Amino acid sequence: MSAVRRVLRTLFSVVLTFLGLTMVTFFIGRVIPIDPVLAIVGPKASVETYARVRAEIGLDLPLPVQYWRYLTRVLHGDFGTSVITSQPVLQDMLNVFPATLELALLALFIGVALGVPLGVVSATQRGRWPDHLIRLVSLFGYSMPVFWLGLVGLLLFYAKLGWVAGPGRIDVGYEDLVPTVTGLLTVDALLDGNRDVFINAVQHLVLPASILGYLSLAYIARMTRSFMLGQLRQEYILAALAKGLRPARVVWVHALGNAWVQLITVIALTFGSLLEGAVLTETVFSWPGLGLYMKNSLFNADLNAVLGGTMLVGFVYILLNLVSDLLYPLVDPRARSRA
Amino acid sequence: MSGAGLRAWLLDPVPASRRQARIGRWYRAALAFGGNGLAMAGLLIVLALVLIAIAAPLIADPQAATLQSLTDRLQPASWAHPFGTDELGRDIFARTVFGARITLTIVALVGLIVVPVGLGIGLPAGYFGGAVDAVLMRLTDIFLAFPRLVLALAFAAALGPGIVNAVVAIALTTWPPYARLARAETMTRRDAEFVQAAVLQGASRASILFRQILPLCLPSVVIRLTLDMAGIIITAAGLGFLGLGAQPPAPEWGAMVASGRQVLLDQWWVATIPGIAIFITSVGFNLFGDGLRDVADARGA
Repeated sequence: MSAVRRVLRTLFSVVLTFLGLTMVTFFIGRVIPIDPVLAIVGPKASVETYARVRAEIGLDLPLPVQYWRYLTRVLHGDFGTSVITSQPVLQDMLNVFPATLELALLALFIGVALGVPLGVVSATQRGRWPDHLIRLVSLFGYSMPVFWLGLVGLLLFYAKLGWVAGPGRIDVGYEDLVPTVTGLLTVDALLDGNRDVFINAVQHLVLPASILGYLSLAYIARMTRSFMLGQLRQEYILAALAKGLRPARVVWVHALGNAWVQLITVIALTFGSLLEGAVLTETVFSWPGLGLYMKNSLFNADLNAVLGGTMLVGFVYILLNLVSDLLYPLVDPRARSRA
Repeated sequence: MSGAGLRAWLLDPVPASRRQARIGRWYRAALAFGGNGLAMAGLLIVLALVLIAIAAPLIADPQAATLQSLTDRLQPASWAHPFGTDELGRDIFARTVFGARITLTIVALVGLIVVPVGLGIGLPAGYFGGAVDAVLMRLTDIFLAFPRLVLALAFAAALGPGIVNAVVAIALTTWPPYARLARAETMTRRDAEFVQAAVLQGASRASILFRQILPLCLPSVVIRLTLDMAGIIITAAGLGFLGLGAQPPAPEWGAMVASGRQVLLDQWWVATIPGIAIFITSVGFNLFGDGLRDVADARGA
């Protein structure tokens, strides 16, 4: 299969998945027990008024036509208006998404920077105490409910020890001191050269990011270990060692180099699950990101906002899959030549 | 039969009957599993959980789980209330014990939906191949691309919160890997000689799928389910924490953590204890699942 065909195939499946995503959100929007017409006209409206409004918002059309109109609107970036903020949902999401991104990026960094080396050590020390210890740390990580760990973290590091700042993204006194450029508060503070805001923002960021980071570390370390064990069994490792290469080089350059190919998909998936974990973490830490926005919308029956958020997270998921699919041949020369 | 004789019969490399072969295989698997300390610990935790759930009314007073007593609210641990009381004066010990029932119900229901759906899609996809496979696997890929908790959130928003809707939402995002697994297992077996023999004997396609191939897919599906249990429990607890799972006054662990959030700083036990229950349960399922997988891998190798 040529490289062009491969890319086309990937794009085809991306489009299909996106259509599936919109169908599900469309379906959810239709099954909701609230009657949208009734919400507009009120319970005392006449049958004629009801029918007129129903036709006006297009609910009398056949379902495929309604779906087509819905899809067109979504593709134009129109997710409807939020009932709570009375702003377009897309605008709302663009406002809150950087906060989630900041949290998830730092968490992913922690997860990769610690998880990969731990996984490698665990694999090379298989069956000895470092392996047992790392596997235990990792087992606890993926067995822990993130919202509970967040609460315990707040109790311990904020309330009892006072090492970090409490819930929220920044102290009230530091709000709106730096101009929004990237939306990532720490980056904006650095760009503005405002040291105090930066330090305060970091104090707020470090606990939720570490907790999300621990969860991704657990998963990444576990997967790295199993990929590395797979690599270390291969004959090229034996050949490299027999050739007289330093064992450390064989492990960290040769074996890990090949394990990266598989790790890319894992890291992409982890980033996706971080966005999801953000719903719970943001609730615990009152972090004003997409997760908290969705949660609040949910309890105010703001369906447009909930479905908009679902679509955004789903869309990021699809993009991540696409990126890891396209990166694959870049990292693995075999996939290129085979393709 | 003496103990040694029984053991020799079980481990006989040349079993005399199909029954002996089958029992012997189970015995070897059990031996391998029993030799794995962590896996046994996992099994014990899971068994203990099941026992607690079944015997809940014997362990704790059923009324205490939901009985409010505002004069007794937010008490620390004591003989009367081993885990203290919550913000409505309910006994946290009794609520935690009865919470095991809710958790196990959710896990069991999700399993009951996910396994048949996964097999129902994966078996035909793997066996027939071609267009059937393409359509079914595209469908699977679409659902695989959905973020679990967020989709569950959207469903809960549409259907309203509740335990059944939480189960449906979790099941919807859990089945795709099972379909893929069943498909892969089927593909490795559809051309096997015993299948060809069945075809020659005039067996129908349905009979081949359900009587020849399905039983061989089940072990890996069950192992996968055990490994997924912890994730299902944590997702369910997360939905409960957000107020989308079991509704009050039901003693659901996630919801209990949420209610303890208000008093976290002064009465830490209200939020912490149900969280520990979730944690221990999911550690148990993870260890148990890992052990089962190791036994299966060793047999495959």
